[in-house]
Amino acid sequence: MSKQPLLEIERLRVSFQIEGAYYAAVDDVSLVIEENEVVALVGESGCGKSALALSIMGLHPPEKTKVEGRLLFKGTNLLSLSVSELNRIRGKEIGMIFQDPLTALNPLMTVGRQIEESMNYHLRLPAEEKKKRTIRLLERVGIPEPEKVYHRYPHELSGGMRQRVVIAIAIACEPSLLIADEPTTALDVTIQAQIMELLKELQRQMKTSIILITHDLGVVAEMADRVAVMYAGEIVELADVDTIFHRPLHPYTRSLLQSIPSAQVKKDRLHVIQGIVPPLHKLPRRGCRFQPRISWIGAEQHELEPQLREVEPGHWVRCTCYRHFHFPDDQMTREVDYGAS
Amino acid sequence: MLKFILRRILIMIPQLFLLSVLIFLLAKAMPGDALTGQLAANPKMDPQTLEEMREKLGLNDPVHIQYIRWVKNMLQGDLGLSYTHQQPVTDLLAGRVGNTVLLSAAILVLTYLIAIPLGIVSGRWTDTWADKLIVGYSYIGYATPLFIFALIMLFVFGFHLGWFPTGGSVDIQVEEGTLAYYLSKLNHLMLPALSGALINTVGIIQYLRSEIIDTKVKDFVKTARAKGVPERQIYWRHILRNSFLPIAAFLGYEITGLIGGSVFLESIYSYPGLGQLFLQSIMQRDYSVVTALVMISGVATLVGTLLSDIILSAVDPRIRIE
Repeated sequence: MSKQPLLEIERLRVSFQIEGAYYAAVDDVSLVIEENEVVALVGESGCGKSALALSIMGLHPPEKTKVEGRLLFKGTNLLSLSVSELNRIRGKEIGMIFQDPLTALNPLMTVGRQIEESMNYHLRLPAEEKKKRTIRLLERVGIPEPEKVYHRYPHELSGGMRQRVVIAIAIACEPSLLIADEPTTALDVTIQAQIMELLKELQRQMKTSIILITHDLGVVAEMADRVAVMYAGEIVELADVDTIFHRPLHPYTRSLLQSIPSAQVKKDRLHVIQGIVPPLHKLPRRGCRFQPRISWIGAEQHELEPQLREVEPGHWVRCTCYRHFHFPDDQMTREVDYGAS
Repeated sequence: MLKFILRRILIMIPQLFLLSVLIFLLAKAMPGDALTGQLAANPKMDPQTLEEMREKLGLNDPVHIQYIRWVKNMLQGDLGLSYTHQQPVTDLLAGRVGNTVLLSAAILVLTYLIAIPLGIVSGRWTDTWADKLIVGYSYIGYATPLFIFALIMLFVFGFHLGWFPTGGSVDIQVEEGTLAYYLSKLNHLMLPALSGALINTVGIIQYLRSEIIDTKVKDFVKTARAKGVPERQIYWRHILRNSFLPIAAFLGYEITGLIGGSVFLESIYSYPGLGQLFLQSIMQRDYSVVTALVMISGVATLVGTLLSDIILSAVDPRIRIE
């Protein structure tokens, strides 16, 4: 533990303004990202994983967002930096891959110029050098005919190709941390696999740390070293990837894993987690936040102030309810009929 | 590109045909004819003579014959004779078209000179006092009819303060071609051009403002920020360029709209242009002038649409016309 971690997220709280009051979408999250490590942030839509990622990059509109806590990147607190100081880190030290390649690129700029743009501010290269580097980058992210694509506009490329361009932008200055915010959600299944393969390959070559935000557990199993499961703005379970998949403890993690359709075990019905994530301004701020969705577990089994505790080395779980958790009896489940034959 | 323009011009032919039929029929449907106006001026005119004149001018021929004659003449550059001015319509227009073009160009330039900075300030710094002032101005501008605003401007700056002349396009005493002549033209132009621009600009301010507000939350702006691009460049390269697209496309239509918009301005400021002539000719039932002017603004509309398409394809790489 003598070496400084790449990124230390300390008691991060990200709050959004809703009708005049602030509500935390990310609530008291602490997480350490080591060098050359892939950490997956998993959770359903609205659990705060994207809000967390955007706050690392300082991309929340400041007038409507409050970010508290500390984000120590190589020892510097990103939250204490001015925008121009942050601009020396964004794009150079931290790269970001966005979710939707159809909207993440400027429609009026050629692919080449969009990739070069970050080099303009971080690496002072002569124009020729810059172009060569850009074409190499395009090649590296698996784009055929990079010299031609260099002059193309985004609308002339397919979704998968555009996502490769988005990746090329993110890695243009060889950052030490990549944040991938659901990098495959907007793509076709076949393209998804290719993009994940590419990310894996790039991670191996560049030894970049990746924060991988996803709700696709298949992707997690394939890429992540460690997994943080988030629910309603909090980390509910944190462990290495094997532990999460083989010995999950928190009821939410277990329910998530239970709801993956499996090819081996033919089930007539899919498991669904009852209820929905409550909207931000209706979120219970006390007690176990998952309690309403596992109503068959008695209230006395939950902690009043649930803490994230290390139950075995490197394996952290919030609340004590996991000790008493079991899946509900048949008559209590409201399950989706999945075309039973 | 060239092929596209040629094709568009070809499509314009049937459009122009329909337009000409419509204009001709509407002109015919107007109460009275060219001679009714003269009758009003000279009530003692003998009905017998009037009837002879009608016969001579072909006003008693069947409608389709009259239409064909009108089109044939028009294609040869003969727009007919103005009955009230006793002068070929083409000559009448030639003397005024320069003034209208000048006024329109001045309005257009001023409109964009006002709209672009105000729209940017308002869209970038939303909900600041500056934005609220600009939005306030644009609402008032929307609600104010041009002819009322122009009258107020005329009264305050022309009549009351006496800073600008209240009519005409140039001082009659100065000699043509001298510096004094051009300065006088400019002096006469200022008030109508400013009045037009101050009202005309509010639509573009609002449009630009909402475009910027829409664009600044787009994903590609986040991508640019994540690259570490400084805020000023974020605006210039990413937000503003994208926000200007629809404004640029507007330009073509804007040019057309100004010809119609000049009707009020030219009349109020007694500015001898096409708009003033248009209103006068309607009053005097000088229908050969009216039809010629409507036809011209019809052609201008079609050309404006084409212009808009060409401008848009020049600035937006997603639109490539083949």
